[in-house]
Amino acid sequence: MQRARVTFEPTQALWRVRLQLLWRGLKSTWAMFAESKIGLTGLGIIIFFILLWMLWPIYPWLMERLAWTPEELEAARNAPYGAISSIYQVYDPVTGYDPLIPLEENREGNILPPSRRHPLGTDQYGRDILAQLMASTGSEFTLGVLAALITVFIGTCIGAITAYYGGFVDTFFMRLADVFILFPLVSFLIVLGSMMELTLLKLALILGILFGFGQITIILKSQALAIKVKPYIEAAKVAGGGHFHVIFRHIIPNMLPLSFLYMMFNVTSAIFSEAALSFFGLLPGARTTWGIMIDSAHSGGYILGGRSFEYWWLWVPPGVAITLLCSAFYLVGRGLDEVVNPRLRKR
Amino acid sequence: MVALQTQTKTEILVRVENLRMLYPVATGVFARARSFIHAVDDISFDINRGEIFGLIGESGCGKTTTGKLLVRLITPTSGHIYMRVAQDPSTDSQGEQFVDIATLEGRALKAFRRNVQMIFQDPYESLNPRMTIFDIVSEPLSIHGIGSIYEREERVAELLSLVGLTPPESFLFRYPHELSGGQRQRVAIARAMILNPSFIVADEPTSMLDVSIRTGVMNLMLDLREEFGISYLYITHDLAVARYMCDRIAVMYLGKIVELGPTEEVIQNPLHPYTRALISAVPIPDPTVERQPIEIKGGVSKPIDPPPRCRFYERCPIATERCAHSDHPPLEDKGNGHFAACYEI
Ligand SMILES: Nc1ncnc2c1ncn2[C@@H]1O[C@H](COP(=O)(O)OP(=O)(O)O)[C@@H](O)[C@H]1O
Ligand code: SF4
Ligand SMILES: [Mg+2]
Repeated sequence: MQRARVTFEPTQALWRVRLQLLWRGLKSTWAMFAESKIGLTGLGIIIFFILLWMLWPIYPWLMERLAWTPEELEAARNAPYGAISSIYQVYDPVTGYDPLIPLEENREGNILPPSRRHPLGTDQYGRDILAQLMASTGSEFTLGVLAALITVFIGTCIGAITAYYGGFVDTFFMRLADVFILFPLVSFLIVLGSMMELTLLKLALILGILFGFGQITIILKSQALAIKVKPYIEAAKVAGGGHFHVIFRHIIPNMLPLSFLYMMFNVTSAIFSEAALSFFGLLPGARTTWGIMIDSAHSGGYILGGRSFEYWWLWVPPGVAITLLCSAFYLVGRGLDEVVNPRLRKR
Repeated sequence: MVALQTQTKTEILVRVENLRMLYPVATGVFARARSFIHAVDDISFDINRGEIFGLIGESGCGKTTTGKLLVRLITPTSGHIYMRVAQDPSTDSQGEQFVDIATLEGRALKAFRRNVQMIFQDPYESLNPRMTIFDIVSEPLSIHGIGSIYEREERVAELLSLVGLTPPESFLFRYPHELSGGQRQRVAIARAMILNPSFIVADEPTSMLDVSIRTGVMNLMLDLREEFGISYLYITHDLAVARYMCDRIAVMYLGKIVELGPTEEVIQNPLHPYTRALISAVPIPDPTVERQPIEIKGGVSKPIDPPPRCRFYERCPIATERCAHSDHPPLEDKGNGHFAACYEI
């Protein structure tokens, strides 16, 4: 790869030079990443979901102008049951209801197949599926990224510290990692869920911590062990650098590329875990998530009993969304892998 | 160089006494280590101010371990390292004290570190790949909290020019991987020089470099000695390099110094059978040196719990009964400051 030389005049402020360097580093990383088709595919999918997330606030407004006729709006405002004063009431992901549903012929209960006003249909409570899907995207991202950040932060720090100090500290955290790896996550969360209300943020924290002390500590520790024996660590010690300096100025910065890589894989695991937990009904339905959408289709009896394909729009959209977003972070991780591990690169 | 030597010949900067470094050999998971590698085994020598003291010997004889002990990267098992250290490095030699640094800890150890530096063998691994040249060279300043960020920048630029990386602005904010091996080793030298140390350990600083650029790096270190009166412990396995760089050399074999003296004296007139074999085995680019090949049996082993006799006994071509039954011979003065450890000379 070609690196542009930064021209430096001593009068230039140091922070500006550092910004330039950062920019230059990002550009060259991007150049390497962009060579990976896998990584770009993943990034494309992530961007698609981010767009979906950003479109959500204007979705009802768009539908009002594009899909609803003035007569339908008028009828909804004067409906005998569930009359609305604003279009936002129809597309609310939790309490939404289309008051025109009783007029439809092609329905079972409140379930409507995909149609003009509901591109992905409605569920058994008359809520718009696409609205729920879009409204959940933000939660999925927040949960996944937050949990992964916590995981990687813990894993990096503990990995660096155990590798650096060894001995008792090492033994302690490695045995702890064994415990966390063998941890009965689902049973633990069932107990926890009965004791307190599991919000998405709490779940992110719990998942982040549970994963952080587990497998990732061992992986990142082995990386830290390889860094610890480099002569530049000895050079820093000869210069007078203490433990703190060596760990935070030398070991951790050299672990960060790999940490970032594992962060991508951990977003995948966090989203996946959330989906699984929601499916077990372990998350309160105060807000929607994709897992909760599948769960409610399941508890309504629309997935089992040979009816799954009759009402496919109840579970295919959230299912596909979970699969796609999880794969997307995994694919980005694979693409980054080729940047971080030069040996994987073809050149 | 001559003027400098006569002027400071008598002033001892570093005095090493009975220094030992034993590494335990892991025998089992639960077993306590009962065996030890005698990496450095009871060595003593002096280094004068402004002197380049060479340490030569085959790989594994304990050269790097000695160097790391002298900069206190590791703590010796036993022995003393007396060094003239400035309490405040900005004061001149008047403010210096001759202290045993072998067991320093904490604050005192950190203060001592301002006096000594080390240049490592592999310039590809001794510079943090994620730091810019500015960060690398100024790191000792920031660790010791010296100067403002602008002063540091100026000082780094000054040192980069000093080691021949000009113009310094074009190097300050590049990363090590953008530099050649020789340039990197110059960066390592600039970093070692930035705290004005009185003593530098250079561990085979040119052995990983292209032959064509070695001389440049060696000349730079000679120039720095000339200009700042720095002393070096110069580690090398290359006799030609030792001859070019060093005022005096010590020859190590399995953790022991077997011969020590002025470089030319040792090379022209080697006394110890191991030194003779070493010199006959290595082509020295000097036609005036005449050598007969001397054979030694076997190869170097690891000094794990060595038997209490001459370390060279197994390979020595002139070993006698006496050697078999006596301790390792002491290092004795054979005249002209030429020391050797052998019963049979
Ligand atoms: N950290 C260590 N642990 C155990 N043995 C070591 C360690 N460092 C060096 N040694 C051993 O000490 C001996 C001397 O090594 P070293 O000083 O690196 O030799 P040289 O630099 O002359 O090649 C070797 O036998 C080596 O295996
Ligand atoms: S003391 Fe004996 S064994 Fe050792 S080098 Fe001299 S002659 Fe050889
Ligand atoms: Mg060595």
